[in-house]
Amino acid sequence: MQGTAFQKIYTKINKITKATCTLTAEGIGNEELAFVDGKPAQVVKLEGNEVTLQVFQGTEGIATNAEVVFTGKPPVLKVSEDLAGRFFNAYGDPIDGGPAIEGEEREIGGPSVNPVRRKQPSELIKTGIAGIDMNNTLVTGQKIPFFADPDQPYNQVMANVALRAEADKIILGGMGLSNDDYLYFKQLFDNAGALDKIISFINTTDDPSVERLLVPDMALTAAEYFAVDKNEKVLVLLTDMTLYADALAIVSNKMDQIPSKDSMPGSLYSDLAKIYEKAVQFPAGGSITIIAVTTLNGGDITHAIPDNTGYITEGQLFLRKDTDVNKVIVDPFRSLSRLKQLVIGKKTREDHPQVMNTAVRLYNDASNAKTKRDNGFDLSDYDERCIQFASDYSVKLLAIDVNIDVDEMLDTTWDLFGKYFKPTEVSIKQNLMDKYWKGN
Amino acid sequence: MTKGKVTGVVGNLVTVEVNGPVGQNEICYILLGTTKLMAEVIKIIGNIAYAQVYESTRGLKVGTEVEFTGHMLEVELGPGLLSKNFDGLESDLDKKEGVFLKRGEYTDPLDKENKFTFNPIAKVGDTVKASDWLGSVKEGWVDHKIMVPFKLEGKYTVKSIVAAGDYGIYDTIAVLADDKGNEEKVTMTQKWPVKKAIKNYKEKPRPSKIMETGVRVIDIFNPMAEGGTGFIPGPFGCGKTVLQHAISKNAEADIIIFAACGERANEVVEIFTEFPELVDPRTGRKLMERTLIICNTSNMPVAAREASVYTAMTIGEYYRQMGLKVLLLADSTSRWAQALREMSNRLEELPGQDAFPMDLTSIISSFYSRAGMVYLNNGNTGSVTFIGTVSPAGGNLKEPVTESTKKAARCFYALQQARADSKRYPAVDPIDSYSKYLEYPEMQEYFKNNISDKWVDLVLDAKNWVLRGKETKDQIDILGDDGVPVDYHIVFWKAELIDFILMQQDAFDAIDSITPLKRQKYMLELVMEVCGIDFKFEAFEEVAPYFKELINTFKQMNYSEFPSENFDKYEKQVREFVDSRRVK
Repeated sequence: MQGTAFQKIYTKINKITKATCTLTAEGIGNEELAFVDGKPAQVVKLEGNEVTLQVFQGTEGIATNAEVVFTGKPPVLKVSEDLAGRFFNAYGDPIDGGPAIEGEEREIGGPSVNPVRRKQPSELIKTGIAGIDMNNTLVTGQKIPFFADPDQPYNQVMANVALRAEADKIILGGMGLSNDDYLYFKQLFDNAGALDKIISFINTTDDPSVERLLVPDMALTAAEYFAVDKNEKVLVLLTDMTLYADALAIVSNKMDQIPSKDSMPGSLYSDLAKIYEKAVQFPAGGSITIIAVTTLNGGDITHAIPDNTGYITEGQLFLRKDTDVNKVIVDPFRSLSRLKQLVIGKKTREDHPQVMNTAVRLYNDASNAKTKRDNGFDLSDYDERCIQFASDYSVKLLAIDVNIDVDEMLDTTWDLFGKYFKPTEVSIKQNLMDKYWKGN
Repeated sequence: MTKGKVTGVVGNLVTVEVNGPVGQNEICYILLGTTKLMAEVIKIIGNIAYAQVYESTRGLKVGTEVEFTGHMLEVELGPGLLSKNFDGLESDLDKKEGVFLKRGEYTDPLDKENKFTFNPIAKVGDTVKASDWLGSVKEGWVDHKIMVPFKLEGKYTVKSIVAAGDYGIYDTIAVLADDKGNEEKVTMTQKWPVKKAIKNYKEKPRPSKIMETGVRVIDIFNPMAEGGTGFIPGPFGCGKTVLQHAISKNAEADIIIFAACGERANEVVEIFTEFPELVDPRTGRKLMERTLIICNTSNMPVAAREASVYTAMTIGEYYRQMGLKVLLLADSTSRWAQALREMSNRLEELPGQDAFPMDLTSIISSFYSRAGMVYLNNGNTGSVTFIGTVSPAGGNLKEPVTESTKKAARCFYALQQARADSKRYPAVDPIDSYSKYLEYPEMQEYFKNNISDKWVDLVLDAKNWVLRGKETKDQIDILGDDGVPVDYHIVFWKAELIDFILMQQDAFDAIDSITPLKRQKYMLELVMEVCGIDFKFEAFEEVAPYFKELINTFKQMNYSEFPSENFDKYEKQVREFVDSRRVK
């Protein structure tokens, strides 16, 4: 990727900060890729002849006489079928010891899809996890993050979802991934025999943090290639977007921008939206679905990163330890899939929407009853039944180790309704009650 | 025209050295190779103009040529706008080629080849002024008025006007002359700068009529007025967009303009997909026929996001001038404010709270003030009703955009996380939300004459029950179920009845999602009749199961057609069930 002949080499840098350097150069385009002392850098500001470059690896060791070469184009990824099964770094260079990819160069972070050329997502993604399939059904073309504290098994759940999702390609964008997690993904995909449909762009904790800003764009450029050119169903996994946003904050801070909430740049919403909005269902059949991870600090979703993410994504999945049954569950209150309305009761059984809502309502009654109990009040018969229902519901349906079909999930829930409640207490439309009610 | 050269680029802000006069908010084009990138001047110092580019600035170089246009951002107005999908700059999205948006591709909002059947209203010799109706064409089912261009000042005489017949939109349909004999040719189209309000009307009185939305928690408890303003703040996942879509489907308006401003593309796709199928319950026509979408989703250029709300408002005012009722919905105005913040930040202005620009409040209030019902010069009325959503950071309503909007809007539909968590949709907070219009004497008079003379009292009574319900719930939570009199439980459950049957509404149920005012009146009266009854219970344990069953039967009424046998059957059940516990 080094400069070709006839390229002008600059050797005089005027200003160096921790992340940027500034030099005098002419005819340079905004967002152009350059190399400073062999290190990749990108143009972030032009002011007269002064060009400011953001050096991804940091400017350590760069001297004022370092060689600067401009490539004349923004960062690109070479795309072809050969991407499948390979591991790359944030610049799209192989890190698995294999040969470089030959193929067409595509600019990363390309233009948006015309909204009128999108198709409404309508294809269900089956994961076998009832907390997802029944309560928060995923749809192709959706974008949804896991909101989880760092100690929760989000990467494992995400990997399970990916492997069960029947996607043509799975693209993993790892940002600040620990080496252990990287090897976990690699082994899991390998063992599942799925390596040939997986493409990974990895920035580990060992790599410079600013580099990870390129990872989502690289992953999504590859995704667009397979979804648009090859009409494939592509699932993109991005973990961890909080670390991505932290890198954004570092850069904007170095660029002297005024921070807004939680020291995040004012453009955080637009920056994240550019990534997540790449999720799309194309009319020709290809699709890009994004499942991301946003780690939280002590479950705080009001922090600028999860907050902005929540406004962009089509719902969120919360993992929580249910101490009553000692299992990690998909939290039915705080989790939400906004696109579920497009498939539930349409692609799944007619009773799905009402069963889902009723179960969550009863689960909510159970949590109110528990509060009551904790405050030392007597419980009514109904309260007791709710609490029993809740623990059954947690184990049989909400737990992340469940792996059953959607119809089975609904049948199981009807069983629980019948076991613990009277028809008036479940309050479901009469025609559905007539057909599915299993109690007395 | 003035020309210039780019001298600097940072993000989507460029500095341009100009060789002549340049105006604030003037539009210029940056000539990047064969494409032209549209930009708006937002600051001028000496011969340097600062412009925000409505596109990505990738690859832009210092020295690139810039052409200035001499005018502000304008939209083209004329027959053929309805049912279309535009971007924030009024480019027709359907005319753009390819799957991906190409930078610098601006398409015509109107179809050049379109012909409409023109019927003159004005006659030769008539004295007219800006916005007066010269004639009308049928745009779908709408009587689209062809008006004297809004830009013309003073009085004009109609020198000639074409006879009834088919004409192209750019054909001259009338010639006007001012008192000096200068002639103006008028076509079916005209242009207007989006940031200026169209003010060619006689007066803008206080709103005095309800704008029916079919959403019970709005129509009954917090009514929106025709020409009124309101906003819906709420954390993500509380159903802002679902509520706005519900309003847009059922509202009693002639034209719905939907400004999707910096939000999810799939939400707009939902409208594209559903509205052509859905039927307007009032006219029996497809919803899309009265709908117009301005779409600048979150991944589209930020600067155009700011323009999109103004574009939408200007088109709304245009249809208002034809004597139509326009409902403008913007989702979300916070994204617009964020666009302002990004630019203010790049301009290195001193920031206000949360880094928003200092003049945020005045920008928001001057935008909201463009809504209203007006008496046109010919005595007809027209209106723009505006409802915006606000996406407060962290769901905290004490943030600049919510606070600024609260000062400007008259209705406040606060969406509450706790209600959304317990799936009580729409999650409009029954206590914090308000409509100032309920207090307007003009509106009260309207309710009296058009719904019933007890309406306002009944609504206030229902609101009071809900408040009492909350207070008794607090007591019960502190003292325990058996620590309070049984009456407390009854009050709490009566409030729950109002909540479940009147406030909550299933936006995804074909029948329940639309409740006409007549049906709302029937249900309010019935529910309040039940609330007024004294019930007899021996112990508190009997209260909850009884009311749950009552609510369940009431719910079946909500799911039944009105009127229908089923509806009557459930009403009969309600009455019998109530009588079984009534204090004799």
